[in-house]
Amino acid sequence: MTKELQTKSLFQLTSLSFSYRKNKVLDDVSLQLQSGKFYGLIGANGSGKSTLLELLMGTLSPVSGSIYYRNRIIGDYPRKELATKLALVPQHFSMDFEYRVRDVVFMGRHPHIPRFSSPSNHDREVVENAIETMDINHLQDRPVIALSGGELQRVVMARALAQETEVLILDEATSNLDIQHTIGIMRVMRERVNKKGLTVIAAIHDLNQAAAFCDDCIVLRDGHIFANAPVQEIFTSDLLQTVFGVDASIQQGAVEGHPQIHFSYQAGMAP
Amino acid sequence: MTGSKPLLIIAFLFIILCAAIIAATGMGFLKITPVEVIEIMLSRIFGLESGEINPTFPFVVMEVRLPRILTSALVGGGLAVAGAVFQAILLNPLADPYTLGISSGAAFGASLAIILTIFGIVIPAWFSIPVFAFLGAMATLIGVFSLASTDNRLSSNTLILSGVIIAAILSAGIGFIKYLADEQVSIIIFWLMGSFVGRTWTDVITTTAVVLPGLLFILYFARDLNIMALGERTADTLGVETSKVKKMLLVCASLITAICVSVSGIIGFVGLIIPHLLRMILGPDNKVLLPACFLGGATLLLGADTITRAWLPSEIPIGVLTSLIGGPFFCYIFRKKQMALSS
Repeated sequence: MTKELQTKSLFQLTSLSFSYRKNKVLDDVSLQLQSGKFYGLIGANGSGKSTLLELLMGTLSPVSGSIYYRNRIIGDYPRKELATKLALVPQHFSMDFEYRVRDVVFMGRHPHIPRFSSPSNHDREVVENAIETMDINHLQDRPVIALSGGELQRVVMARALAQETEVLILDEATSNLDIQHTIGIMRVMRERVNKKGLTVIAAIHDLNQAAAFCDDCIVLRDGHIFANAPVQEIFTSDLLQTVFGVDASIQQGAVEGHPQIHFSYQAGMAP
Repeated sequence: MTGSKPLLIIAFLFIILCAAIIAATGMGFLKITPVEVIEIMLSRIFGLESGEINPTFPFVVMEVRLPRILTSALVGGGLAVAGAVFQAILLNPLADPYTLGISSGAAFGASLAIILTIFGIVIPAWFSIPVFAFLGAMATLIGVFSLASTDNRLSSNTLILSGVIIAAILSAGIGFIKYLADEQVSIIIFWLMGSFVGRTWTDVITTTAVVLPGLLFILYFARDLNIMALGERTADTLGVETSKVKKMLLVCASLITAICVSVSGIIGFVGLIIPHLLRMILGPDNKVLLPACFLGGATLLLGADTITRAWLPSEIPIGVLTSLIGGPFFCYIFRKKQMALSS
């Protein structure tokens, strides 16, 4: 039944469809994602970004079509094994119990620590590192329910980093952050992609952020892949008009070889 | 999170429970000193002769008091652990063993058994009431689950809502049975208010047979429960088989609740207060919290039962006592916590 699919790509999606009850969210999506790249997933609200990310995580199963991760159907992996390879920073996160920040970051080590074992020195080091990277040292002993949205997002991010996976999937992970932390975190991601071969797949609302940090962008529109290309090629006035319904001009190669988008904020005035 | 402190706390609670069992056994109409209680227990276990102790004491200790005391401790521990599990799974600090309507199911089963006896359908009473209560609780559990599981995942809100709906139907059923019972309604009412009067070693053994394996099973998944506090989807991505663990633990905690209710009647607030109180002191880590809840719940209910048995001039139903003390106490700590959060 399952035909062997030998490709070099990390993810191989073939005519993938998904619907919530009768509501079709993704339709005939085919896509290949390579390892060691920074992918941006962009599209208007309700275009199917979060659903696609959940399918990649294996927390949803496709209605039709297939997803291969490293040449094996994603649903065939044991949950625990998958958790050592893929980490997710979800869009929404809340907690009803008073776990401390440090405990929550430590939960990222869960798939690595065998049942009834205590954390090893390596586990502690990784957690320390993640806390350092996300600049939440000063919050360590606070209960997570007492944090602001932005602080919480950094905690969840640190938890995902502590998972030490080769793929990091971010669902608008910087939406609540101030500009300093947003840029800081995106830089860290970029650096890990460059130096450690991490693969990042991030749904991003801020198009300039996507343009500045990603290698490739995948544009979703009404559950279809509208375009998929390197950032240097993908952003055009036409695309922004069709997909997002905004007027904008693009300055190619403006920021370190990456494009910059100038939106027109007033109606009827071309930028 | 790790270290020897949690172990010390558990050991401390265990010692308190043992001391409470021994002290409570000595209390009552016949005063027996703790030393004599220990002597009687040891002599029974090792088959030794117990020296100059009053010859009626061993009977009072072994056949009258100890079965009742151990049953109340097991029920208290069981209800507290079940409460902690329901709270962790439903991600709702206000859930308790009765949220899913399990108590109403048990109460309905017990009322049914009593009304059948009243109508002359002969079943030995001490056999029928616990068994009917247990079956009622299990039937309710199945009903709530099948009502809630429209998809593969059991969402917390759907579960709680299903529990509330089924409990409401069952309450109406109990009301109808009470109406039918007419003048003999007091038997039903008394059972519903909970009591440990006249518990035997059979009760101790059946309760132990469900509560202890259940506790061990739950402890095996303590760490997964911690991760599940992050939410179902996130727990999935951290390698926890969330829906599987959720279903297994819900069934396990419900079984514990069912057996507890069937031997004791409805005893409120233990499953809510103990986990709450201990979570405030020990933090939310289930690896420590769950065993602590068992020991704490056991000590508390045993204490409450001893108050009604040995201190009060006449016994009042234990369920009434726990709610009368527990309710206001809960209001107090809840209010105090709210004030602390807002300041």
